[in-house]
Amino acid sequence: MVADLERDRGNEPAPMIEDGVRLTPEQLRRRRARSIAIGLALGALVILFWAVTIVKLGGNVANRSL
Amino acid sequence: MPGSSSEWLPLMSDVQIDRIDTASLAGPADYIALLKPRVMSLVVFTALVGMVMAPGGIHPVVGFAALLCIAVGAGASGALNMWYDADIDRLMLRTQKRPIPAGRITESEALAFGLTLAAFSVGCLTVLVNPVAGGLLAFTIFFYVVVYSMWLKRWTPQNIVIGGAAGAFPPVVAWASVTGSVSLESIVLFLIIFMWTPPHFWALALFKSDDYKRAGIPMLPVVAGLAETRRQILIYSVLLAPIGVLPALLGFASLAYGGAAAVLGAVFVGMAVRVYRMADNDTAMVPAKRLFAFSIFYLFMLFAMLLTERLAMLAGLSW
Repeated sequence: MVADLERDRGNEPAPMIEDGVRLTPEQLRRRRARSIAIGLALGALVILFWAVTIVKLGGNVANRSL
Repeated sequence: MPGSSSEWLPLMSDVQIDRIDTASLAGPADYIALLKPRVMSLVVFTALVGMVMAPGGIHPVVGFAALLCIAVGAGASGALNMWYDADIDRLMLRTQKRPIPAGRITESEALAFGLTLAAFSVGCLTVLVNPVAGGLLAFTIFFYVVVYSMWLKRWTPQNIVIGGAAGAFPPVVAWASVTGSVSLESIVLFLIIFMWTPPHFWALALFKSDDYKRAGIPMLPVVAGLAETRRQILIYSVLLAPIGVLPALLGFASLAYGGAAAVLGAVFVGMAVRVYRMADNDTAMVPAKRLFAFSIFYLFMLFAMLLTERLAMLAGLSW
């Protein structure tokens, strides 16, 4: 991100900054676990919202005018 | 913002170093612990009973969505409570292993998590179920976090008497999910939990009073002494016993329920009398520990009986 900003300003990209954040293997493992949990929760919400929408629409969805 | 790259770069480096120091080690289990799963299970159970007891019925999918929203709302309250109480949780043995005092999760992570879940649960309940239920859930979260955690808990020994209302709301919210309103029956369910809360928590506070004293929380045993706490437990137990029978007296539960609730209430009062008679120098406090355990059984049994009766009626079985 900093390298892009520097490039936009017409300067040379700043070396080393892109690699500034180095997570430990444990941090990487925890982040991956959090990402999977968030993904599963979002997937479950998609299914829930879809199911509730179908239930609320009920039979009316078949009665729409063409 | 600094004008030149020579000023800009050191600033970014500082931010990045800071990020390395604060990179989260929290895993999904830590976030789940923030939701207070045991409290959440009680909330889901009492809400389920409120939902099943309500007249008119609700589609199972919508009902599941409502229960999920109530559970997540309760979890959000728990997370926000742990965020606000992190300082005193560090001081009490009972709470030292919670994710924030144990250093597994930061306070800002807990705050963001709690606020997100609170907004999401209220929004979803409002949109997917009905605005009355959504409004009641929002009020419940506000009551637990602001009125109880931020105000009452550190201010008055009556904290759990008034704050207990937060734990009593879930069946009312669930009832409103079905009917879109609040009725006498749902208020009775509220009253049972509301009156149950003081003897339940004061029994715990009796044998954990050193913990509360260390944290400077004005729980009744710390402020008014053990004898006064035992007296208050007995008073609230005597008030609770007839309220437990109210569903039968008001006609929305059977006489069998009424009889069982009366017996359980009598046992509750009997155990409260034993607590009342405890000696001042009783350090083991066995009667208080027994009352605490029995109070959980009592509440579970009342709501389980109401649930069973209602399900049997819906299934067309005579009772």
